[in-house]
Amino acid sequence: MTSGDGSVSARNVRARVFKIVGFLVLAVALYELPLQYDRSTVTKFTTVLCYALAALGLNLLTGFNGQISVGHGAFFGIGAYSAALLVSQRGWPAWATIVLGAVLAFVVGLIVGLPALRIRGVYLALVTLALATLFPAVIVRYSDVTGGTQGITLEGKQRLNSPQFARDAGITNSQWRYYIALVVAVVAFILVRNVVKSRVGRALIAIRDNETPAEVLGINVGVYKVLTFGISAMLAGVGGALFTFNNDGVAADVVDIQLSIILLVAVVIGGVATFAGPAIGAFLVVFLESFFPENLRGKAAPVVFGILLILLMMAAPGGILGLVKQQWAKLAQRFSRADQPSHVA
Amino acid sequence: MSALLEAIDLVGGYGPVRVLHGLSFDVQPGEVVVILGANGAGKTTTLRALSGLLDDVKGSVKIEGEDVLGLRPDQIVRLGVAHVPQGRGTITDLTVEENLRLGAYVRRDADVQQDIEHWYSVFPRLGERREQPAGSMSGGEQQMLAIARALMSKPKLVLLDEPSLGLAPLVTRELFTRLGEINRTTGTAMLVVEQNANLALELAHRGYVLETGQIVAGGSASELKSDETVRKAYLGY
Repeated sequence: MTSGDGSVSARNVRARVFKIVGFLVLAVALYELPLQYDRSTVTKFTTVLCYALAALGLNLLTGFNGQISVGHGAFFGIGAYSAALLVSQRGWPAWATIVLGAVLAFVVGLIVGLPALRIRGVYLALVTLALATLFPAVIVRYSDVTGGTQGITLEGKQRLNSPQFARDAGITNSQWRYYIALVVAVVAFILVRNVVKSRVGRALIAIRDNETPAEVLGINVGVYKVLTFGISAMLAGVGGALFTFNNDGVAADVVDIQLSIILLVAVVIGGVATFAGPAIGAFLVVFLESFFPENLRGKAAPVVFGILLILLMMAAPGGILGLVKQQWAKLAQRFSRADQPSHVA
Repeated sequence: MSALLEAIDLVGGYGPVRVLHGLSFDVQPGEVVVILGANGAGKTTTLRALSGLLDDVKGSVKIEGEDVLGLRPDQIVRLGVAHVPQGRGTITDLTVEENLRLGAYVRRDADVQQDIEHWYSVFPRLGERREQPAGSMSGGEQQMLAIARALMSKPKLVLLDEPSLGLAPLVTRELFTRLGEINRTTGTAMLVVEQNANLALELAHRGYVLETGQIVAGGSASELKSDETVRKAYLGY
């Protein structure tokens, strides 16, 4: 018993050291990333961060709370368009448009979440699908305000550019946007992680797994479901607002139904109900095509992408992170078995 | 002294299907009461009505004299009624300890960890498996977890929906022994609906017999045990 405790605590310490080293390496990598690549690649990294924010929100809703949304592209779009409109037509500062975009997405998320009190599963997916198809149509319909398919382009001072002190330090506009998005994404990641690990998170998972026991444990299921929808939409909205600033504008075709699907795919291939999964998935949906051989890019890319998705789901139903965890557990088991004789001796 | 729980003339069901046809019963503080009944008699529906899970229900449910019919399930939990649903309702993806923490969801005090340790001492198997996902445990262990979890809310009354369901006879016996101990040491009242009449009447102080949504007999456990019709229909001798 006591020797067992000893090895367990030793293993805990080792795991903690691993974790700290891992986080440090990751922090340095995320900091260095924009300094090592050209402008267009850095812009792509920032796109990853924007998608990762939306996927983080979607994962909170679908992964941890069990409510499927095929409409997160619309919440992303609400954030993107409120930022573009407020900054270009009202002259708001960038940070304020991001905040308002988040609030708007939150409110619309709450409203869309209301039917979720009565319907679930496939039916809820259909409602959100309707939202995903409705949103771009509304943008095109009111093109006198939204610019329709032409979109809105930010000019001059409307753009989120590197401020003087950062430029003095040699940070370009695209790098500055990357760092802004990185800080927002990291804060959001930490918040979501803390929430999921708390009393609230246990309630979310209980609702996902089994609603009736959740109710009789004293959880107000309705409030949780609707609020989760709102918060999830809010994260997508923040991602969308940052997306607008990263691209100096937005147009109807970037917030169409394909975006909703891409976000869902990002969550699933990264690993549903994991913390890092959405970010990994977001990276893959943005960069996967550039790993393809030259003749498979462009029109052929969605086909290859689809095939890869099917293969991945067959090989790793838990997504990439699920696969990594599984292999890690196997490895750890082998190591601990190798450890055993030395402990006995 | 007013009853801990009093149900008067409950009528209800699911949409056009009426399951409860006007039943009345009560549970006194500290008492174990069993409701016996065959499949489809309305046992589960009765418990659902008591804990606010049944939308379509009329009559009156009083907890310590206060009318609670129409309240949401989470409000009823806060009045001190815990419900162990049929099929246990453990959250399989959460660990044993996380399930117990969920049981304390309505509590705001600082003694939660202390209480978790207490239930580990009552159910040592749970302590051994505290870091394991609840879904990895056997049916009996999950039932113990569901009971411990319900007690984590420090209820005055626990509703138990067929705790013996799907358990081996030995495990069921062990479970009922524990329930008796818990009742004696904590004074928590219990309302148990069961098909296993033998064990249930050993545990209970009092009982009712439910048939097609109506109470057809009631009395002390020993009275029910010696009742001719109860013996034939539910005790099998």
